[in-house]
Amino acid sequence: MIETLRDLGRSGIGAFESLGRSALLFFYTWRGMGEVLTRPRLVLQQVYATGVLSLVIISVSGLFVGMVLGLQGYNTLVGFGAEEQLGVVVALSLVRELGPVVSALLFAGRAGSALTAEIGLMKATEQLAAMEMMAVDPLHRVVAPRLLGGIIAVPLLASIFNTVGVWGGWFVGVGLLGVDDGSYWAHIETTVSLRHDVANGLIKSMVFGVAVTWIAVFEGYDTVPTSEGISRSTTRTVVHASLAILALDFLLTALMFD
Amino acid sequence: MKQRNLELAVGIFVALGLGALLILALQVSDLGTTVGRDGYRLLARFDNIGQLKPRAAVKMSGVAVGQVANIYVDPETFDAVVVMRIDRRFDRIPLDTSAQIFTSGMLGEQYVALDPGGEETFLAEGDTITITQPALVLEQLIGQFMMGKAAGDE
Amino acid sequence: MSTVVDRNLPPALSALEAAVRIQGVTFRRGERVIFEGVDVHIPRGKVTAIMGPSGCGKTTLLGVIGGSVRPEAGSVEVLGHSLVGMSRAGLMRVRRSIGMLFQSGALFTDLSVFDNVAFPLREHTRLPEELIRDLVLMKLEAVGLRGAHALMPSQLSGGMGRRVALARAIALDPTIMLYDEPFTGQDPISMGVLLRLIRLLNDVLGLTTVVVSHDIHETASIADYIYLLDRGHVAACGTPEELRQGSAWARQFMNAEPDGPVPFHYGGPSIAADLLGVAEA
Repeated sequence: MIETLRDLGRSGIGAFESLGRSALLFFYTWRGMGEVLTRPRLVLQQVYATGVLSLVIISVSGLFVGMVLGLQGYNTLVGFGAEEQLGVVVALSLVRELGPVVSALLFAGRAGSALTAEIGLMKATEQLAAMEMMAVDPLHRVVAPRLLGGIIAVPLLASIFNTVGVWGGWFVGVGLLGVDDGSYWAHIETTVSLRHDVANGLIKSMVFGVAVTWIAVFEGYDTVPTSEGISRSTTRTVVHASLAILALDFLLTALMFD
Repeated sequence: MKQRNLELAVGIFVALGLGALLILALQVSDLGTTVGRDGYRLLARFDNIGQLKPRAAVKMSGVAVGQVANIYVDPETFDAVVVMRIDRRFDRIPLDTSAQIFTSGMLGEQYVALDPGGEETFLAEGDTITITQPALVLEQLIGQFMMGKAAGDE
Repeated sequence: MSTVVDRNLPPALSALEAAVRIQGVTFRRGERVIFEGVDVHIPRGKVTAIMGPSGCGKTTLLGVIGGSVRPEAGSVEVLGHSLVGMSRAGLMRVRRSIGMLFQSGALFTDLSVFDNVAFPLREHTRLPEELIRDLVLMKLEAVGLRGAHALMPSQLSGGMGRRVALARAIALDPTIMLYDEPFTGQDPISMGVLLRLIRLLNDVLGLTTVVVSHDIHETASIADYIYLLDRGHVAACGTPEELRQGSAWARQFMNAEPDGPVPFHYGGPSIAADLLGVAEA
């Protein structure tokens, strides 16, 4: 009994300690951002590694999510004779929720875990220590460009996801189920608001981008430098990032669309 | 060479992302339909606007020609004044055009329908449409029906 | 037993000008004591080896010199700068005059051999690219791998990788070179090459060299001075010759004898008691 309580206390303290370490990492990394901005090539490489390489999975998922929304939305709306509102259902679901959330979840699985594994491996093979001994701060040289690259990539990926998704819904609704083309787009245009829906969705995906990339680089940097430690950290990145995305999504939704 | 390919790939990616955002802004959201500085304003006075809201569509023969910009109550006549922005392309709307508030479908949103008249002179910036029909309010309808029924019985 | 040796460095060693002066350094990792009151003087221009059984804190000692391990007590002086309480910026300045070869080589896996060696030059200097090219090729020539400059680290053998890492470590012309277990996992030929390179670079470039290793014969063949660490203390120090005639413990270590003051058998009940169940009297 006492032992269980002690374990609970220990893991609580451990969680707080790693929270503190991750805050410090974030702080020191941002202090190195100025240095990174003078060398945009480093960021460019990371936008490639995280953004460009996630493009296929994001587009394909966006297409299918849009198509499913089109099918489900149609089946529900046709009961009310309101199937011309299909575009609104598809576009609002995507722009407000599914676009930012699903693309961030996919990013965590595709790019976040790769970031953790890469940085963890650099730590395990003493590359980070070697950099440190060469008087180069790995937080500035390795972590900062990766953080910035991820933050740039996620909102762009979410926008692509949304656009592809709206077209996926169009394909099912208009192309296969016979909803009128004009009313599909017209209802979207009159209902979806730039400021309330598109901009808020963009803000969401920016917040998710910071959270996911931060968690990924922290788990990599904080890993136990063994192969077992790296595989655990990679798993932790995906789990923690997914939880963070969903929790933040609730918070942001409550703030934005009250 | 490798470096140049990388730059190209990232460039295409960023262009795709920004392009997608632009499509969302222009085609998916209301930005594209907002009649900007190109439009002109018309006013319409209604007894009752029902559920009409700003940004609702203004239609003519079922085609969107503009958008409701603002709604307020005239402090003297207590009429509802609906300010509409009409696209510049539709600048030959006859002076005796009437306005009505309709609902699209059973559960749809309400919109302003313009019914063109036959005059040779046209509405211009700031003009007011006076021939209007208020929105149908279900409670009133039921009320009238009940009253009519009661009166008929007597 | 060993503290006596600690305080009495051989006169020959303490008389030399020190590049690194470690005094009374204590370091714990959690409950475990890694060092207690360790004194080490690294004489300028010499090859000094730090040796000892596995887990005696040899690598940690390199960390103390490089400033990545902060001791709890004692003073660390590198090239006249005291590292204790030094700011991060100051530490980074001192590190520019230190080169370190890591046990795994620690080459950046996403950069080519050329870019690996060029890395410290590009980070710390504003030299034009042609000059960096010349410098990198010269450093690679020094370790005999100029021809391999276009390869990726994954294409190198273990020994070649370590030589590239060596070229990278000397790229900024350091004053002190630290080697962490440079010989582990090397075949005899690349071991010979590394030994020769360490000695040669030290003498030709006028470096101060610290080698951490437990390959006794190889290390003793190039070292001017040897420190033997044991359980957090300096157990013995002096020239290889002096140690071979030193205490029983030092002799056992230097001659790699399986049994001696460090027993072959881990302490426990006698074998008769364990196997036959005979109660010990």
